[in-house]
Amino acid sequence: MMNVIRILGRKSLHSFGRLGRGFIFLLQILTGIPQLFKRPRLIVQQLYSVGVMSMTIIVVSGLFTGMVLGLQLFNTMQDFGAEQSVGSVTALSLVRELGPVLTAIFFAGLAGTSLTAEIGLMKTTEQLSGMEMMAVDPVHRVIAPRFLAGFISVPVLALMFSAVAIQGGYFVSVSLLGLDSSVYWGQMQNIVDWDDDILNGVIKSVVFGFVAAWIAVFEGYDAVPTSEGVSRATIRTVVHTSLSVLGLDFIMTALMFGD
Amino acid sequence: MYSKTMELWVGVFVAAGLAALLMLALKVSNFTATSGESGYTISARFDDVAGLNLRAPVRMAGVRVGRVSSIYVDSDRFQAVVTMQIDDQYNNIPLDTTASIYTEGLLGAKYIGLEPGGDMEALKQGSEIIITQSSIILEKLIGQLFVKLTGGSD
Repeated sequence: MMNVIRILGRKSLHSFGRLGRGFIFLLQILTGIPQLFKRPRLIVQQLYSVGVMSMTIIVVSGLFTGMVLGLQLFNTMQDFGAEQSVGSVTALSLVRELGPVLTAIFFAGLAGTSLTAEIGLMKTTEQLSGMEMMAVDPVHRVIAPRFLAGFISVPVLALMFSAVAIQGGYFVSVSLLGLDSSVYWGQMQNIVDWDDDILNGVIKSVVFGFVAAWIAVFEGYDAVPTSEGVSRATIRTVVHTSLSVLGLDFIMTALMFGD
Repeated sequence: MYSKTMELWVGVFVAAGLAALLMLALKVSNFTATSGESGYTISARFDDVAGLNLRAPVRMAGVRVGRVSSIYVDSDRFQAVVTMQIDDQYNNIPLDTTASIYTEGLLGAKYIGLEPGGDMEALKQGSEIIITQSSIILEKLIGQLFVKLTGGSD
């Protein structure tokens, strides 16, 4: 019995410790960001490896998500004679939920894991300590540009995802299934609101970008410096990012669209 | 590691993001319809506005001339007050215009229809429409119909 309680205590101390380290680490990153604007090359380099490299998969998966939505909605709603609403339902579900959430989860799997593995390996091979020896702060030089690139990339990728998916839905429901083109766009414009739907979706993806980038770099920096530790850190990145994105999405949806 | 093509790709990435935002703004949302929308507001009292939503269209002869900007209950008279924003170009709507709440199709969304009267004076900022007709509630109508049908058969 005592053992169980002791294990519980150890586990919670461990998680509180990680949480605290995470927040201190975040503060260190944020203080490093202003200096970063003097060296935009670092950001461009990371935007390339984090953002541009994820672009293809985001565009392709967006296209297919939109096409599946169009197909399913058209066939189901035709039974109720409501196939005119395919455009608006596709667009609403994409800009409010699917775009930000799926992009963040894809991002965690693609770029988040690569960030964690890269930073974890740098730590394992003591490159980070080497930088400290040369009086270069690794958090400012290595971590901050990666964090910022992730933070910028997620909202941009989410916008691309939604836009491409809406085109995919258009392709299926209009070009293949014969819905009228002006009905598709017209119903969409009637229902989708710029402030309520699109801007709230962008706010969501900004929050997801922050969380995804933070978790990815923290897990890498906090990894146990062995090959097993790095592999575990990579798994934790995906699990923690996906869970926090889904949880935060529910909270933000309740706050934004709850009334 | 750092190269010109990298800069080019990052440029493409950012430009594609902006293009997506532009597409969402112009083609998907009502950004063009609401931005730069100027007009004057008028109000009308209804006994019942059940089903009328914010931003519902205000139509005259079937053409959209404005939108509903707010709905609230007047606590003195317990009537619903609906304020509407009418586009500036429609500035000669007579003062004795009737406002009614209609339904698009049988089960569609509610909108406000204006039927112009014959007054020489026009509605302006802050005017109130006096003659109104509340929304028809389908359930009430069906209830009345049932009463009539069962009453008639006896």
